[in-house]
Amino acid sequence: MKKTKSIALGMALTVGAFTATGAMAATTLENVKDKGHLQCGVTSGLPGFSQPDEEGNWTGIDVDTCRAVATAIFGDSKSVEFTPLTAKERFTALQSGEIDMLSRNTTWTLTRDASLGLNFAGVNYYDGQGFLINKGIGVDDATQLDGATICIQSGTTTELNLSDYFRAKGMEFKPIVFDTSEQTVQGFSAGRCDVLTSDRSQLAALRSKLADPSSAKILPNTISKEPLGPVVRQGDDQWFNIVKWVLSVQINAEELGVTSANVDDMLKSDNPNIQRLLGTEGDMGAKLGLQHDFGYEVIKHVGNYGEMYDRNVGPDTPLGLDRGLNALWTEGGIMYAPPVR
Amino acid sequence: MTESTMKPPKKVLSPVNWMRQHLFSTWYNALLTVVVGYLIVTSVGPLLNWVFFDANFQGSDPSDCSGAGACWLFINQRLNFFIYGFYPDELQWRVDFMFLLLAVSFVPQFIERFPGRKWLGIFGMTGLPLIGFFLIPGGSFGLEQVESTKWGGLMLTLILAYIGIIASLPIGTLLALGRRSEMPIIRGLCVVFIEVWRAVPLITVLFMASVMLPLFLPEGMNFEKLARALIGITLWQSAYMAEVIRGGLQAIPRGQYEAADALGLGYWRKMGLIVLPQALKLVIPGIVNTFIALFKDTTLVLIIGLFDILGTVQSTVTDPAWQNVAVEGYVFVAFCFWVFCFGISQYSQKLERKLDTGHKT
Amino acid sequence: MKKQTIDSRPAGPKPWYDPRVRSLFFQVVAITLVFWGGWTLVDNTLSNMESRGISTGFGFLEESAGFGIIMHLVPYDATMSYGRTFWVGLTNTLLVSAMGVVAATILGFVLGIARLSSNWLVAKISLAYIEVIRNIPLLLQIFFWYFAVLSNLPSPRQSVDVGGTLFLNNRGLYLPEPLTQDGFGLVWGGVLAAIAAVIGIRLWAKKRQLATGQIFPTFKVGVAILVLVPIISYLVAGRPLEWEIPALKGFNFGGGITIIPELAALWIALSLYTASFIAEIVRSGILSVSKGQTEASKALGLPHGLTLRLVVIPQAMRVIIPPLTSQYLNLVKNSSLATAIGYPDLVAVFMGTTLNQTGQAVEVVAMTMAVYLTISLLISLFMNIYNRAVAIKER
Repeated sequence: MKKTKSIALGMALTVGAFTATGAMAATTLENVKDKGHLQCGVTSGLPGFSQPDEEGNWTGIDVDTCRAVATAIFGDSKSVEFTPLTAKERFTALQSGEIDMLSRNTTWTLTRDASLGLNFAGVNYYDGQGFLINKGIGVDDATQLDGATICIQSGTTTELNLSDYFRAKGMEFKPIVFDTSEQTVQGFSAGRCDVLTSDRSQLAALRSKLADPSSAKILPNTISKEPLGPVVRQGDDQWFNIVKWVLSVQINAEELGVTSANVDDMLKSDNPNIQRLLGTEGDMGAKLGLQHDFGYEVIKHVGNYGEMYDRNVGPDTPLGLDRGLNALWTEGGIMYAPPVR
Repeated sequence: MTESTMKPPKKVLSPVNWMRQHLFSTWYNALLTVVVGYLIVTSVGPLLNWVFFDANFQGSDPSDCSGAGACWLFINQRLNFFIYGFYPDELQWRVDFMFLLLAVSFVPQFIERFPGRKWLGIFGMTGLPLIGFFLIPGGSFGLEQVESTKWGGLMLTLILAYIGIIASLPIGTLLALGRRSEMPIIRGLCVVFIEVWRAVPLITVLFMASVMLPLFLPEGMNFEKLARALIGITLWQSAYMAEVIRGGLQAIPRGQYEAADALGLGYWRKMGLIVLPQALKLVIPGIVNTFIALFKDTTLVLIIGLFDILGTVQSTVTDPAWQNVAVEGYVFVAFCFWVFCFGISQYSQKLERKLDTGHKT
Repeated sequence: MKKQTIDSRPAGPKPWYDPRVRSLFFQVVAITLVFWGGWTLVDNTLSNMESRGISTGFGFLEESAGFGIIMHLVPYDATMSYGRTFWVGLTNTLLVSAMGVVAATILGFVLGIARLSSNWLVAKISLAYIEVIRNIPLLLQIFFWYFAVLSNLPSPRQSVDVGGTLFLNNRGLYLPEPLTQDGFGLVWGGVLAAIAAVIGIRLWAKKRQLATGQIFPTFKVGVAILVLVPIISYLVAGRPLEWEIPALKGFNFGGGITIIPELAALWIALSLYTASFIAEIVRSGILSVSKGQTEASKALGLPHGLTLRLVVIPQAMRVIIPPLTSQYLNLVKNSSLATAIGYPDLVAVFMGTTLNQTGQAVEVVAMTMAVYLTISLLISLFMNIYNRAVAIKER
C-alpha cells in the first residue's frame, strides 16, 4: 500500500522530499522483510526469460530466479513483485533501490561490475550473441553479411559486440537501433533489415514471435560471450551472498539429484551434502541470515536449476533450447556451483 | 418585432447555382473541383470497403479474418486489454465506476442549461480525483490492492492526462502569479522555471524522471515508475499552464486590480477573490486546449515502458497469431484519440465563441 | 469620545506591514529556499553517485564509442569518441527539423489558404484534413508511417524503379548523388554572382520606384537571373558534374544518396502534423486583416495579386509569425520522438545508446537538455528581432 500511495506523495512532496537526507541504514534483507515481498526487476516481455500473460502472471527463468530468492526469505514463492524494465532503465532502477534485485537477462561485464556500482551474483544462463536472418537473403555464415542492415536493441552489449565483430572482419553494416525487443521484431518482420542480432536464446524466442518463423533462420556463428545473471547493488554483502547462494543451491541440487518432486524423501537422505543443502544438518541458512531450511523451501517451491531450465527454455518449451553450455559440468556443460559447506 | 430589426432575407440558391458559385466559379476552380472530386471518389470507395463492407467483425480467432478488409475482431478480442491493461478482471468495476463518474461530471458540460452542471464540473475537478485515488489502487477500505504496474490501456492514458492537468493547475497558477509579481527575484525564478521546462521535449523530461529522478532523491526514498512519470508530466505541464493563465491575468483590466487595492485587499485576497476568478474563467478554452495537447502527449510514456493505450496496442500487434493487424490497431487508437480530442476541441471552440463577447475592441 | 492627539503625519507602518520590507523578506526566503533546494539536490545526487559507485565527470566524452550509427552527416565510425556521437545526433536532429520546417510551412500555407478558398470542396477537404490530423497523437502517426507503410514496401530486389536512377524499397529511397568535378568552382561563382546581381537590382528598382514611381518587374527578372546564370556558368565550365547512380550490391543498394525510412517516416509525420497547426495559424492571420484594407486597396485600383502581396500578407504575417515560430519550436522538440522508430537523432543516439553504454545519466541528460534550451532561446531571440522589425511604426 505504501508503494502505491507514493503517487500522491510524489505530487505533494517533490520539494519537501529533498529535506530528508540519507537516512537508510537498514540492510536490503531487513527492508525486504519489512515490505513483506521482494521487488524484482525483469524484462517487459521476453518469452522464456520473463513474460507476463494476459492476467499479468509472470513466467520465465529470470522470473524463477526471483521467486527462488523470495522463497529463501519467506518460504513462499508468491512473495515477490515484478517491475518490468527497459534496457535503459534497469541499472538506475537497481542503483536507486526501486528494486531489490535485477534479473533481466543482463550480461556480466567488467564495466558494469566496476563503474555502475553493481555486483553480479552469478550466472543463470550462459549465452552468446548470434544472428537471425531472413532466409531470402541466402546467407549461411556471418562472414557473408558484409553490407547488411541489422536490427538491434538499444542499450545492450550486443550493440558493441556487433560493431567489434564487423570491424575485426573488415566488413560494413547498417545498424537500426530500436528501444524494445518488440519493435526490433516488428522492424525485422517489416523487412527493414536483413538480420536481427541478439543473444542466441533470445533469437529463438524472437523467431517464435514472427508471423512465419520458417522464413527466418539462426546462423551458426556465436560472436560473443554473454553470461547472464542476477545483479544486486554494491555495498550490501549479506544480500549479495543470499542471491549468489540461492542460485548455487539450485545448481547443487540438480547435481545431487534433488528435485521438487523428491525433496521430501531426500530429507531422510544420508548424504551429508544433501543434508547440508536442505538444512537437516548444519545451519547454513543462519550464516546468510536466512532460515536453516531455506534450501529445502527453494527446491520444494521453485525446483532445482534443471527444472527451472526445462520448464522455461528447455527442449519441451516453444523455445526448445538444448542445455548446451548450460548443462552441469558433470554432463559436458559449464554450469558449476561452489559447494554448500 | 419592428421592421428595422428584421433580418435580411436569406439568400437561397438552387443547387445548380450553388454549384456554379461554390465549385465552378472560375476555370481553375472548376479544374480543382474535378481533380479533387476524382481523387475523393477513387479513394473513398476502397476505404469504405476496407473499413466496413469487406471487414470482419464477428468471430473469435485469427482464421475468421478473410484478409480482404479490416480485421476488427482483433480489436474485439483484445478490447479488455486495450482499456484496462493488466487490471484484474474481477476488479474492473472500479475502473468502470470511475469512467461513469467522469462521464457524469463532464458530459453535461456540453449541454447548456443542464441543471447543476457547474457543480458537476467542480466535483469532477475535486471529488473525482479523490475517489479515484482510493478506488483505483485499492489497499484501503478493505479494497484489494492493485499494483500500478498492472494499470494500462485507456485507463492509464486517462489517469496520466487527468492527474497531469489537475495537479498542474495550482502549480501553474502560482507560477503565473510569480511571473507577474513585482518582486524581481521571484519573477526571475518563475521565468527561468517556465522557460526551461517549455524548452525541453517531453521525452527528455520523461527520461529524466525515469532514469535520473532516483539519483536526485535521498537514499532509500523512491517512487515507482508511474509516480515518477507523473511528476515529470506535472512539472512540464505546469509551465505550459502558467503561460495560459498568464494570458488570462493580462486580460483583466487594470481597473480591477486598482479597485481591489482601493478596497484595501491584501495580495492574496485581491488575487483570490477578484482577479483569478475572472482570469481563470477567461482561460478555460486555453486550459481545455492544453488538456488536449497533454492527452495526445501522454502516448510518449510508452517510450519509458508504461503501457498506455498506444503501448498496449503496440505490444499486441506483434502477436504472431494475428498477422498484419498493425493498421487496424493504429486506426483503432487513432479513432479513440480523435473522438476525445475532436469532441473536447469542439466544446472549447464553442466556449471561446461564448466568452468572446465585448472584451475585444 | 476621547480627544486624540492629532499628528499631521501618520506613523510609519510597522516594519512587517511595510510592502517593501515584506517584498524583500519574501524574496530572500524564496532565493534561500531555491538555493537550499538546489544544493540538497546536488548533494543528494553526488552522495548517491558516490555511494553507488557511479563514475562522474565529462571524461567519458573522450572515450571510444564502439557502436555504429546508420546515418551521420559528420564523419563517424565506431572508433570515434562518445563526444562525436553527440555531434552526430545533433546534426541529425537539426537535419530532420530543418526538412520538417520547410515542408510544414509550405503545406501549412497551402492548407490555410485552401481553407479560405471560394471553392467549397477544396475548403472542406482542407478542414477535414486539419481536424483529423491535429487530433491524433504524433507518436501514433510516426508509428503508422513507419511500421504500417514500411511493411507494404517491396524488398531491395523488387525495388520500385523510376527510370533506372531512383529506387524505392523497404530500406529507403535511393537517389543519384551529384559528384562535383574540377571546375565546379565556376558554378558556385555563378550562383554567388547571380545572388549579388538580384540584390543589386532590387535596391536599384526600389530607389527608382521611389524617385519616378515606375515599377520594375524585380521578381521575374530576379528568377531569370538566378536560373540562367548558374546554368550558363555550368555549361561554360564544361558540365563539371557527374551523377552516382545507386546500384544493387549484395543484398542492399550502394552508392547515391539514401533517405532511410526512419528519416522519411519522421519527416512526413512531423510535416503533416505541424502543417495542420500552421494552416489554422495562417487562416486566422489572413482573417485578422480587416476587410476595409482589401476594399481600400481595391478602391486604389490595385489588382488582386498586388492586393494580396502588398496589403494583406504583410499585415497577416505580423499575426502569423509569433505562433508560427512556436510551432517551429514544437517541431524541433517533437523530432525527439525519433527514438521510437530508431532514427538516430540526439535523444536516440546520445541520450539512448551513449547514456546506456557509459551509465552517466546526469551529464548526458544535462547536455541534451542544454541543446534544446539553446535552440529554444535562439528561436525566441529570432522572433523578438522579427517582431521589433515588423511592429507597426506609428507616426
